[in-house]
Amino acid sequence: MPQRVSIFVTCIVDQLFPNAGMAMATVLERLGFSIDFPEAQTCCGQPAFNSGYRDEARTVASHTLKVLEGADYVVVPSGSCTSMMSHHYEELFAPGDARHHAAERLSPKIYEFSRFLTEVAQVEDVGARLETVATYHDSCHALRELKIKEAPRRLLANVKGLDLREMDAAEECCGFGGTFSVKFPGVSGGMARTKIDSILRTGASTVISIDSSCLMQLQGAISRAGLPIRTMHLAEVLASR
Amino acid sequence: MTAREAILRDVRRNLGRAEGATPPPPPEPRIRIPEVSREDRIARMLERVSALAGKTLHARSAGDAVEYVAARTAGQTAVASNAPFLRQIGVTELPGVQSGFTDERNLREACASAEIGITSADYALADTGTLVMMASPAEARLVSLLPPVHMAIVPAERILTGLDELFSLHPLPASETSSMVLITGPSRTADIEQILVRGVHGPGEIHVVVVD
Amino acid sequence: MSTTFDRKIDATLSDPRLQNAIYKATGRLMSHRKIAVDSDVLPEFEELRTQANAVKRHTIENLDWYLEQFERNVLAHGGHVHWARTGTDVADVILGLAKSRNASLIVKSKSMTTEEIDLNERLEHHGLESVETDLGEYIIQLKHERPYHIVAPALHLTRYDVANVFEKKLGVENETEIENQTMIARRVLRDKFLRADIGISGANFLIADSGAVALVENEGNARLTTSAPKVHIAVAGIEKLIPRAQDLATFLKLLGRSGTGQPLTVYTSFLSGPRREDEVDGPEEFHVILLDSGRTKLLADPDKRQSLYCIRCGACLNHCPVYRKIGGHSFPWVYSGPIGAIITPQFHGVESEPGLPFASSLCGACAEVCPVKIDIPKILLELRADVKASEKRHAVNEAERAVFRTFAYVASRPKLWQRATKLAARLGPRGQGYLKKVPGFMNVGPVRAWLSQRDLPAPAEKSFREMWKERGR
Repeated sequence: MPQRVSIFVTCIVDQLFPNAGMAMATVLERLGFSIDFPEAQTCCGQPAFNSGYRDEARTVASHTLKVLEGADYVVVPSGSCTSMMSHHYEELFAPGDARHHAAERLSPKIYEFSRFLTEVAQVEDVGARLETVATYHDSCHALRELKIKEAPRRLLANVKGLDLREMDAAEECCGFGGTFSVKFPGVSGGMARTKIDSILRTGASTVISIDSSCLMQLQGAISRAGLPIRTMHLAEVLASR
Repeated sequence: MTAREAILRDVRRNLGRAEGATPPPPPEPRIRIPEVSREDRIARMLERVSALAGKTLHARSAGDAVEYVAARTAGQTAVASNAPFLRQIGVTELPGVQSGFTDERNLREACASAEIGITSADYALADTGTLVMMASPAEARLVSLLPPVHMAIVPAERILTGLDELFSLHPLPASETSSMVLITGPSRTADIEQILVRGVHGPGEIHVVVVD
Repeated sequence: MSTTFDRKIDATLSDPRLQNAIYKATGRLMSHRKIAVDSDVLPEFEELRTQANAVKRHTIENLDWYLEQFERNVLAHGGHVHWARTGTDVADVILGLAKSRNASLIVKSKSMTTEEIDLNERLEHHGLESVETDLGEYIIQLKHERPYHIVAPALHLTRYDVANVFEKKLGVENETEIENQTMIARRVLRDKFLRADIGISGANFLIADSGAVALVENEGNARLTTSAPKVHIAVAGIEKLIPRAQDLATFLKLLGRSGTGQPLTVYTSFLSGPRREDEVDGPEEFHVILLDSGRTKLLADPDKRQSLYCIRCGACLNHCPVYRKIGGHSFPWVYSGPIGAIITPQFHGVESEPGLPFASSLCGACAEVCPVKIDIPKILLELRADVKASEKRHAVNEAERAVFRTFAYVASRPKLWQRATKLAARLGPRGQGYLKKVPGFMNVGPVRAWLSQRDLPAPAEKSFREMWKERGR
């Protein structure tokens, strides 16, 4: 029985990394899910929330709550945006507010992609194949707010041809942090370079994450340094055959 | 209005508490005392002290303990505390060892020039290799503090498992002494380039002798 | 529009030696902590954190009651309690005590609270000699600097820096061996300890049911400070209270492990009152000065008052990837790192350094290691909202606010959002991967800031939305 899942692709995947979104849809379809892409989706509102603009974050959150209202499952190719919707939406609205209840109802239906695969679809081997030496970067919000640590690693362990190597600083922040990356560019860039040093020590040629924003930060710094390393979203790896 | 009144007023106002309102009961203190045999406590105590670069001896008799102290104090000046245990086993009779100070000035002068300070301990904590020193007529503060070497001679039955057992036996140390000090290894610093140096202010050399 | 904060950050980032020193020192403290809290060694670590958080919450929520209980018990043991609303009040109490006892030399053990109120400067201004005795603090006092780190105050200095300052201030020529430098300090300070009239300490904990002050340290200088002089004065923030001596069984297990990876620091002193009648040595007078200096203000906000749970272990600094880049002296106050970033704006107002709560990637490493479970990222987010509310009130940063207002307007109108994102994508060279540069008219603001460090992804050839439509769903 093919279940219906809604996907929330995030603004950054929509505009900059659509292949990650398409790959996520492909993997879900191969597993027999039917995909719903609510057209009215925009952004989760995190940029405003993290910048201290609570009213503006509420405006965007209200919209997103409406867009995702009837969904059974919402699958998101990002730990950070998932956390915004499943953890912070409730904080934005007072307990008596109807939108607070809407956020409470939505929260358990929202899944970051790797967690959806291992917990709802209950698969760890999606039949992917990719010949590469890779390392996995824990994105901070997935790791510390959503407690996602093992799911992506288990999925990657089952990708044929993929040699997964842990880096010593897997849990260290890449330095993106949304507007932090442009408010404190020197610090943010320095953090990216420290992370890249750890990546280099693994000998990996591919860096994998479940957050495109981290990958944008890392690929931007890798490209600036002229290093022969590519970044891939987990979905792109799992869609490879 | 005094500073006291002003501070208490601000605290109450900002917490929304009425003056003198009894708080709800605090969370129960977390005290867990594991069952550890006497032999294991001794072994653990000595192992922890050694790991901290302390020197250790498990003395099978008081005589062995005194012999060990005599070897270290030979040709040196030492001050022993007034702990009855030290007198009983004969440490205070060793050559070069001064003891029996009841006057602070004399004690301070002796400790400031002595090479070795000898004490017993009220307890030892096996978990962490810690000596528990409660200030009293028997144990002055400065004996374990001023000389560059500290030797502690502790009867084996005073070794507790750890902090939980100590605070379970002494829930209110303040009712017994004005100063309870826990000593875990030699004085140390790593303030310059994180390089470890022992003996910066307190004793850089520590001996723990456990006596059966 | 670069601020002092920005300039200090840039100076630290561009000093390779300093970068290396900060990274190595914090890295070492991180790995020591990791070993000490490993579940094989300490299976109850998480339980201890939960307990510590619950005890601190309870104490702070009923602080007035515990302050009074503490005071009663100090008095019962023959000690004195002084209440101080400000740093000036603290100095006045000490100056008064010094004058009536003809004191001129004060030895001090390490205390962030006295750093916070510039106590040494205040006392020296009145002709007293006040000497820091923790090795790191002594060195930075000689250099007239502030501590670089809560538990490692001289983290930023090398043995050569120490040699220089010892040459200038102590007349010791060219001594660059760390062990020798340490022994020089021992000799100089031992003499001070034995001559000092007053010893001033901070307090790691104030124990209400005992009227006691607990101090943790490794060097023995706090023991000497509180044992040798005739008068011991402890200066402590009112938030340092815990209800019972038995609570130390929880807090001591967390503090040393979180700070330096030590199951217990070398010395833990539990001090209650002056020496008792039959004790041979110890201070004849015991004073505790309870300091407010902004703390009561922090209590007003139920979400943020948890900031006062902090036991100053320094773990959040060591684990903060931002601290590890910008170091301690970039921060505007004596408290640095994540804990500094949340308490500084609450003590001094968010306007004093509006950039501070934003100097974080919100990675959450601080909250993960905090032994008392302060939710630092949540408080940072609250403070960011406070900064924006304040900016709105004062009509500053209007341009940024307009950007976010527009963002919210557009992102809540899907048709407009689609048109706008399409238009924005057309501005850039689509589908060209990562760009090293962009046309001059675009190389401004955030784009320029991004490109100063990294290449910038060009908009995709087609958006996800377009690709999805083309698939014919």
